[in-house]
Amino acid sequence: MNPAVLIASIYVFALAAFLGYQVISRVPPLLHTPLMSATNAISGISLIGSLVLAGAAHYTPLAHALGFIAVTTATINVVGGFGITDRMLKMFNKRKPEAKQEVGK
Amino acid sequence: MTLSTYFMEATYLIASILFVFALKGMSHPETARRGMFLAEGGMFAAIVGTLVGTHIVAWGWIIAGLAIGSIIGAWMAIWVPMTAMPQRTALSHAFGALAAALVGVGEFTVHATDMPAVTRGALGFEIMLGALTTTGSLIAAGKLQGIIHGKPIQFKGQNAVNLIVFLTMAVCFVVFWTHPDAAAVFYTMLGVAFLFGVMLVIPIGSADMPVVMSLLNSYAGLAAAATGFVLGNNVLIIAGTLDGFSGFILSVLMCKAMNRSITNVLFGGFGAVVAEVTSEVGGLMREINLEDAAMQLAFASRVIFVPGYGLATAQAQHAVRELAEMLEDRGVTVKYAIHPVAGRMPGHMNVLLAEANVPYSSLYEMEQINPEFPSTDVAVVIGANDVVNPDARDNPKSLIAGMPILEVDRAKSVIVLKRGQGRGFSGLENPLFFKPCTSMLYGDAKSSLTHLAQAVQHV
Repeated sequence: MNPAVLIASIYVFALAAFLGYQVISRVPPLLHTPLMSATNAISGISLIGSLVLAGAAHYTPLAHALGFIAVTTATINVVGGFGITDRMLKMFNKRKPEAKQEVGK
Repeated sequence: MTLSTYFMEATYLIASILFVFALKGMSHPETARRGMFLAEGGMFAAIVGTLVGTHIVAWGWIIAGLAIGSIIGAWMAIWVPMTAMPQRTALSHAFGALAAALVGVGEFTVHATDMPAVTRGALGFEIMLGALTTTGSLIAAGKLQGIIHGKPIQFKGQNAVNLIVFLTMAVCFVVFWTHPDAAAVFYTMLGVAFLFGVMLVIPIGSADMPVVMSLLNSYAGLAAAATGFVLGNNVLIIAGTLDGFSGFILSVLMCKAMNRSITNVLFGGFGAVVAEVTSEVGGLMREINLEDAAMQLAFASRVIFVPGYGLATAQAQHAVRELAEMLEDRGVTVKYAIHPVAGRMPGHMNVLLAEANVPYSSLYEMEQINPEFPSTDVAVVIGANDVVNPDARDNPKSLIAGMPILEVDRAKSVIVLKRGQGRGFSGLENPLFFKPCTSMLYGDAKSSLTHLAQAVQHV
């Protein structure tokens, strides 16, 4: 990694951190559990690093084997994480709007 | 750059943007699902982009990994019960962190000596964070599942031992940074980091799990971000950082909701402390029978349910909704008060009640509901203890002094559903139980609630 790339990466990191703070601090406590499982599924993006390790040409068989385990666990997170987040979000119903009359008192 | 590389980079950019939109959607229950579809699309694009843009030779490993992972993941997504959500989330932190750590080891075996110093630094962080999060999350999952005892495991000089383990890890990191060919040091660092993860989580009691879960979430994300630095991959940096910050924000919120600092949660070993500073509580706990409790509820005009972890252990979420509907049919206004640290992970109670078809418009946060307790006829506490302990507000010497609570003691009357007369997880005496307005209904929460509903029907 040459210095220019490193500096660009640090910019990306800092901006993503700022953006993350802005976006996530607006998530209501109601959805904190789905938020945690959603961010977990999203960080399963490390799957793409695992894919390269498991199959790319310039890696050793040992690296391929390690990559295979990493692909497996990362895929569990992606599939399981998105699946369960959706299952949770489906359960949140507003139903019975008249129950909300008391708000604002 | 070839065309396929451009294609790959384009999918990464699209994935990054879609991930941010997905998290933005999480700001409201109505937009959250659509947001997740975007994130799924982004993830799929990035995977296809990677497979197209990388010169892949070993397809066998990749297909096997994707297939096995998908089967296990789908099985978890469909079959894991909502009450087991904290364990599942802890496990997925472990899986994510393990993937990051393994990618780090793989990179080390191939590129150790031709890696620039900066990349090596990032690799060190990736390994340490990945390894300690893996074992830490496994211990947390074991505690939540009940395989490992939930009580804090502590011994004399624990913090000193932890410090030594941490320093060993740090020294290995520095040596590895300056001597890239020292494989023994690298693997020692990996091993010590695994050990450190265990040491970090065993002294923490079950009641502090919301903070630990959030912290592990943060570490898992940061490990993925470090992987991005090692591989020079921006979408990994972005997704990992979003995850890391989400976990960090949640840990801060959880700590605030307990009025404690993160250091105190990690090294304080709460819950093992014998409570000798509780306020002198006089009087007796007054027991109430089912019929009287049902009578109180049936003739109330406002009732607030206050669920705690006991609701989850008793799997009583459906029973409470049935009782609530019965009361609503009689014209009673029913609300639910949710403390931020009720349960074992952030938002735990909301998910359980949503599963039981409680509309989210009747779930209230602490700040919203506290002013309403004085005008409430009956507050029903279901398996919650510390989050309704008035000592936190009234007794500056209490161990939980300053922790914001749900002020159920201001309600006209309180019914506490509890398994037995014992103290809560923190071992603190709860003066609420001795107040004249409070009556205790002992027994399993689920059967108590079911019987209450039957009794209300016959009133």
